[in-house]
Amino acid sequence: MEHELIQKLAARLKGLHLERDVRVMEVCGTHTTEFFRTGVKDLFPPGLELIDGPGCPVCVTPNDFLDRAIEIGKRHNPVIATFGDMVKVPSSYSSLAREKASGMDIRIVYSPMNALDLAAESPNREVVFLSVGFETTAPAEAATLVEAKNRNIGNFSILPGNKLTPPAVEALLAAGETRIDGFILPGHVSAVIGVGAWRFISEKHGRPCVVSGFDAPDLMMGMITLADLVVKGKNETINQYTRVVKEEGNRTAVEMMERVFVPSDTTWRGIGLIPASGLAIRDEYADFDASKKFPVTPPEPREPKGCRCGELLRGLIAPPECALYGKACTPEDPIGPCMVSTEGPCAAYYKYWSK
Amino acid sequence: MGKKILPGHGSGGKLMNEMIDSVIRARFGTDSVQLDDSALLSVGGARIAFTTDTFTITPIFFPGGDIGKLAVNGTVNDLAVMGATPLYLSCALVLEEGLEFEDLERVLDSMKAEADRAGVAIVTGDTKVVPNGKADRIFINTSGIGLVEAGAQRREIVPGDAIIVSGTIGDHGMTIMALRNSLSFSRGLLSDCAPLNRMIRAVTDAFPESVKFMRDPTRGGVASVLNEIVKGRRISAKLIEAALPVREEVRGVCGILGIDPLYAANEGKAVFIVSKSDAEGIITVLKQVPEGRDAAIIGEINHEFPGKAYIETTVGGRRILPLLTEEQLPRIC
Repeated sequence: MEHELIQKLAARLKGLHLERDVRVMEVCGTHTTEFFRTGVKDLFPPGLELIDGPGCPVCVTPNDFLDRAIEIGKRHNPVIATFGDMVKVPSSYSSLAREKASGMDIRIVYSPMNALDLAAESPNREVVFLSVGFETTAPAEAATLVEAKNRNIGNFSILPGNKLTPPAVEALLAAGETRIDGFILPGHVSAVIGVGAWRFISEKHGRPCVVSGFDAPDLMMGMITLADLVVKGKNETINQYTRVVKEEGNRTAVEMMERVFVPSDTTWRGIGLIPASGLAIRDEYADFDASKKFPVTPPEPREPKGCRCGELLRGLIAPPECALYGKACTPEDPIGPCMVSTEGPCAAYYKYWSK
Repeated sequence: MGKKILPGHGSGGKLMNEMIDSVIRARFGTDSVQLDDSALLSVGGARIAFTTDTFTITPIFFPGGDIGKLAVNGTVNDLAVMGATPLYLSCALVLEEGLEFEDLERVLDSMKAEADRAGVAIVTGDTKVVPNGKADRIFINTSGIGLVEAGAQRREIVPGDAIIVSGTIGDHGMTIMALRNSLSFSRGLLSDCAPLNRMIRAVTDAFPESVKFMRDPTRGGVASVLNEIVKGRRISAKLIEAALPVREEVRGVCGILGIDPLYAANEGKAVFIVSKSDAEGIITVLKQVPEGRDAAIIGEINHEFPGKAYIETTVGGRRILPLLTEEQLPRIC
């Protein structure tokens, strides 16, 4: 039954006759890779274009975040706990991988709770968790700080680098640098913040949106529906991931986030400073804020020469348009973060599309 | 800062291959150092296969095996996939000060049991002890010698040939990854560590003319093996996603961590490239052996994307399976 449905959807997507070009953006790193991984992107009909937005948390983290983490490592010698994705990302002058090879104590963890466990196990070592990610990871990071406070684990802190996705989409639309006809919205982020948080896109900016899941049928349905909305000029926001996403989202998760974090202005790689798009740690939890606990002055950040990750994250170019792509910049020797992260658009193109 | 060794240099991917070429073979001799799982040599009229492998794993005991079982089977399999009959193994131990005797004995018992299962003898060895902190409990090196029967030879891989895997993929790699990180959803995962020489022998005895290539897809998984096969040649390897045998538990952990099971390590599986006409017959033979009961035809060799391995997904789309640089790391969300 499922097989039949999949074949039907595949035939429909492949056979779409679009009356005009449709340029839509996905703002979720998992979507970026899943469109490739499932083979759905290979089925796109002529005229249907999917551009990659700022949906990869590692990619949008500016250099000065990693510069600061490395400086903290050098000056204060804590255990630095991080998600695996961050390890190979070049910072201005180094990377966590290089620092690790030179002896810095860097551990890969799968959740912030793992990092807290590390701190509890070794009370004589400071543990700093690099807190990056969108609304999907922030509640867990918040819950970890609540737990750290309850258990009075004083040798644990996080370096806050979390970001909120709707303000980034708002910034892209307000800048109007490139034509975006509609959006495939991130299923997991939407499960937390709710569909309501996205309605401004259709209501204020007049672009249709579809909240989509991540399976091949989800992706195909999402694209078929969105292309139809664009062609018909219907500015609606449709939730196709109803088995997971509710209009109001997950209130418990949002309340947890709000308990620990407060929205703050923050810098996105490529986009720049976006008001209220980051999460700062509230004063009640300031003891767990590594940026306050370990004051350092990182060296002046610099961007790698020729790297176009910034334009890519604004939807202005596709990876192969960057002169470094696949030549100077490859997964083994990456220059920009978009080639490093498993969710980075360059890595996805390089991995799945380099025919 | 000078160039330093990174974890990727030991992961079986591109980084490691480059280091082997430019740093190791460049010094030892590109002619003498063979790149296959074993070196094939002539010694006094006999053709032998010779291989060596060092085993380091955390934790040393895991569901489905331990470092001793790995050390025997890894070397046995490296000989077997070269068409050799494994005969003799060495065993060199690097022990960390403080290792419990009980653990050492458990590992050695396991090595003996696997050697008996594979029909090989452990005939020589070495023991070193290093100070606390200089090794991770126990490292084992095994070298092995096998006899290559007269008549065994390589045959050209051509479009139309079938790709077979002898069972479910990614079991070992995902078991270890789940265990290392005490993932709560790892129940039911089991390493597939096993000797493959009898299974391979059953296939080559039944179809001596049909098998064109064999390899055990350890580090780097099935996708890396296929890349090796097609690299620099005018053929491509096509896999059919729907045909891949993957355990539900493995699929689950892979999905959560964002890992592709095609790149996860196996320790008891073989990939075969065989003549299409005998592919079904070989599957029948494989299924009669315990190690091959989940064997499946997973794809074919063709001309579509020369030099590349690719997969046709369940929706009918295609994507490339590149040679990865290094081990996959779990994603953030």
